[in-house]
Amino acid sequence: MEQFLQQIVNGISLGSIYALIALGYTMVYGIIKLINFAHGDIYMLGAYIGYFCMTHFHLGVIPSLLIAMAICTLLGVIIERIAYKPLRNATRIAVLITAIGVSLFLEYGTMFFVTANVRSYPPLKGILTQSFKLGNIVITAQQILIVCITVILMVFLQFIVKYTRIGKAMRAVSLDRDAAELMGINVDNTISFTFALGSALAGAAGILVGIYYNSINPLMGILPGLKAFVAAVFGGIGIIPGAMIGGYFIGTVEVMVAGYGNSMFKDAVVFAILILILIVKPSGLLGKETKEKV
Amino acid sequence: MKKLADIKGIKKWVALLLTYAVVQLLVSLNIINDYIMATLTTICINIILAVSLNLITGFTGQFSLGHAGFMSIGAYTCAIIIMRYPSPVSFITGLFLGAIFAALLGFIVGLPTLRLRGDYLAIATLGMAEIIRIVFLNLDITNGAAGLFIEVQYTNWLWLFIFTTGTVILITNFINSSHGRACISIREDEIAAEAMGINTTKYKVIAFIIGAFCAGIAGALYASYFYFIKPDLFGFLKSIDILVIVVLGGLGSISGSILAAFLLALISSLLQSFPEIRMVIYAVLLIVIMLFRPQGIMGSKELSLSAFKSLGGIFERRNGGER
Repeated sequence: MEQFLQQIVNGISLGSIYALIALGYTMVYGIIKLINFAHGDIYMLGAYIGYFCMTHFHLGVIPSLLIAMAICTLLGVIIERIAYKPLRNATRIAVLITAIGVSLFLEYGTMFFVTANVRSYPPLKGILTQSFKLGNIVITAQQILIVCITVILMVFLQFIVKYTRIGKAMRAVSLDRDAAELMGINVDNTISFTFALGSALAGAAGILVGIYYNSINPLMGILPGLKAFVAAVFGGIGIIPGAMIGGYFIGTVEVMVAGYGNSMFKDAVVFAILILILIVKPSGLLGKETKEKV
Repeated sequence: MKKLADIKGIKKWVALLLTYAVVQLLVSLNIINDYIMATLTTICINIILAVSLNLITGFTGQFSLGHAGFMSIGAYTCAIIIMRYPSPVSFITGLFLGAIFAALLGFIVGLPTLRLRGDYLAIATLGMAEIIRIVFLNLDITNGAAGLFIEVQYTNWLWLFIFTTGTVILITNFINSSHGRACISIREDEIAAEAMGINTTKYKVIAFIIGAFCAGIAGALYASYFYFIKPDLFGFLKSIDILVIVVLGGLGSISGSILAAFLLALISSLLQSFPEIRMVIYAVLLIVIMLFRPQGIMGSKELSLSAFKSLGGIFERRNGGER
């Protein structure tokens, strides 16, 4: 039982990170129907920016987090403007290949500048090195930090999407782009803003994973990116609360499989869940069946 | 009319045999050295992979991101068989067994997932390929992450030529048959195709099985040429590589796929001398090509002699927009 609760705690910390990445996927998919393969690499860049802030400029965790988020936001918007915007009316597959190109560019560009070596995050100081015991369950301060930051960001995101003008525009564009344009919504700016929000969250996830796992490399974004996408599909792609639920679910399952079964198979289980959910309910947990009209 | 077709057919066979003979001659004269031969092998294998994926993605319109998974089934089956019983007969047996296993898997995976549309299918096939990779990583018979060393090399120019042209002819003929037309109609409009009485699931699964079969052949050829296979060779990136060839050449253009396979091999051998920025340049090229020519080099047209003639005509008349 205690081991089970311990796994739940670990699963929630990992799930937070997946949820943050999955939010970016789901928002971008919801608005322009693009699987943004470069999203996992924005997360990787966030981890590197955080690393340089902490080691070279000796900043604390929170300032590094904010800087990483700001730079990732900027990158997300630039990528959208340069690589995706000219293809607004092209076929889906062309945009997807472009996304893969951007992804490769970010991975190998980063590798060119910082080499392929694995780097480790600087050791944390003060209260962040402590851990707390509830019975026999150990909760580290890092895990608390991860969950707190994730929850704050999610609440903030929900606020933006639900209660601001730009959030309303985002929802309108994802519902019907042409109608939104007719209503005087600047669709291009709204799409850029969506990329900005998603990239900021991915940047935050990057630095949190650096703190949690302590090692980063230029190709670290591929697998978590794919798993976060699975999380987004699980919850129903395009639906923000779905991505959160999916992220926590995938994180917990992964930790459980590693804890009780064979850790080598944890990724296989995640993808098996994906195929199952696609066969049983392709629209995801919270998604609604949509009838295709002729 | 029939006579004309016969003459054309004979011309084609003569051209094919000539290509084979010339390269074989160059190989035996040692003008084509090991390095060029390795590049040529890569090109042939990529042609098989790209043409078979083109059948699934370009002609039937089903977006698959798991082609490397089928390839790995063929590679491992063939490798395991020729490691046990090293002989040319077992190479061919292993090759066909691998292809059949890949096709079987294509059937098992395809039947439920091909109901999915567009991006969902892409993700499901991606997941399938990842599962295959992870299973190979953990099995004893595949020697896990360390991979398999195959001590003998059976793939030579003869087999490469037979299987590459075989695949191209098989898939071209399939597309020009009524089954192939049914597949194309699914790409154009699935609902309309269904309304015309086409069993869309059946044709999607057929395309998937043929594609998987050919990918299995390509994998087997790979395994018995390059001596060494490991699960990571057949990961997500390999599937992407194949898809890039298909999209670069043009979805729905077989000659485009062949052209793109040559072009990419050329680019990657040119970039060989800059290993650090090779992938960066590759990525930039990919983005630039997609930005300026999203339909690929050939679009959905085929390269043929008559195309050259009409191109010549256009230049003569200098009114390219008319045709």
